[in-house]
Amino acid sequence: MSQTTFYILLIVVLLAALLTMAAGLIFLERRLLALWQERYGPNRVGPFGLLQVLADIIKLLTKEDWVPRFADRPVFVIAPAIILVATMLSFAVVPFAPGLCVADLNIGLLFFLAMSSLSVYAVALAGWSSNNKYALLGSMRAIGQMVSYEVFMGLSLMGVVAMTGSFRLSDIVAAQERMWFVFPQFAGFAIFFIAGLAETRRLPFDLPEAENELVAGYHTEYSGMKFALFFLGEYVGITLISALIVTLFFGGWYGPWLPPVAWFIIKTLIFISSFILLRGSLLRPRYDQLMAFGWKIMLPLSLVNLAAAGAAVLLKDH
Amino acid sequence: MALALAAEGPIWPLGVYFVLVVVLAAGILAFSYVLGQRHRQQATDVPYESGMTPTGGARLRFPVDFYLVAMFFVIFDLESVFLFVWAVAVRELGWAGYVEVLIFMAVLLAALAYLWRSGALDWRASGSKPAPDKERGQ
Repeated sequence: MSQTTFYILLIVVLLAALLTMAAGLIFLERRLLALWQERYGPNRVGPFGLLQVLADIIKLLTKEDWVPRFADRPVFVIAPAIILVATMLSFAVVPFAPGLCVADLNIGLLFFLAMSSLSVYAVALAGWSSNNKYALLGSMRAIGQMVSYEVFMGLSLMGVVAMTGSFRLSDIVAAQERMWFVFPQFAGFAIFFIAGLAETRRLPFDLPEAENELVAGYHTEYSGMKFALFFLGEYVGITLISALIVTLFFGGWYGPWLPPVAWFIIKTLIFISSFILLRGSLLRPRYDQLMAFGWKIMLPLSLVNLAAAGAAVLLKDH
Repeated sequence: MALALAAEGPIWPLGVYFVLVVVLAAGILAFSYVLGQRHRQQATDVPYESGMTPTGGARLRFPVDFYLVAMFFVIFDLESVFLFVWAVAVRELGWAGYVEVLIFMAVLLAALAYLWRSGALDWRASGSKPAPDKERGQ
């Protein structure tokens, strides 16, 4: 197989896998939440309700593709596309196994941080262009939250970078052959996990779309497939954060017996499930508590963690 | 260390991937535009506000705290970029670089402490900033 065919094949498989994953996660989330809340969840369409997702997609595709008269038309249409494109692009730098990566950039981690920042635009533009009060409030909250948590999201990863000496994700995985970075960098892992929750706007950080006070936040006026694109973006985002936690802190593809890709997928699925479990078990904080937590606790903590990591690296070397 | 953007393999797959992702997003939007229903009713063109008739537009004035957060973000994110650069070269820079970064971090934390003390990090409903506890008691 030539190199060109290999990459084309990889890209097509990756796109198909991501879409299946995002759709499958909707089913998985509903079933798992149901399990933890002692009910059945979707179990009518197909065996075990597996075809529920297909039914949902058909329903969403035939729903009205509505652009409100009062909305800013081009921005309103582009906003949901931005979130999907930004989150999916990040997967280009994630190494699934040795050599199995769309583009193993030497600035892979920076590329991910840049792309995850871009999804703020989707939320901001969606809320503003909707010209709806709920949407505006939701998007303002989302911007404040995502922007605040982004500051230390990057900082929390620098401990790992200091230990590896590279932004390339495959180098970072290779450096974990003997020991996963979660052990020396547990604080970094915890901070990144929390920041990741806030960046994907998942419960307990789903204040931007808090249903019982803001209807649906920034996507109040969206319907049909545009509405679904926000959810596709959210689920791809969860997969992305889980995949990065695995890559950066849990040894990526390393593991005994099974092939590397299998280990990567298993570990990622464990973190995706923990995202869903958190949704099923935690309460939503107040907005001022959320912001205070980010700026007053997480930011100083991530700086201290980075200073400690740098000292540890130097002590080991000199 | 090479300064240019470099990948272990070729770099063109990133371009192909980007194009395909954009095509996918555009395709989903176009597909639902073709398949979707159309309808017009009395309240179709009214913003949703829980069934109430909306008063005024959504171009409201909102709390200045959001603007403050945006400013803090610019300040702190920019400063963290300098730390990114240091993190990737910890070993090359050695202890001298480490001490310099500690001073830099101290400045950053001092700025944070100042913001904290001046109350800029405390989120309150606009127009209801309560007086400090000491004064309220008197």
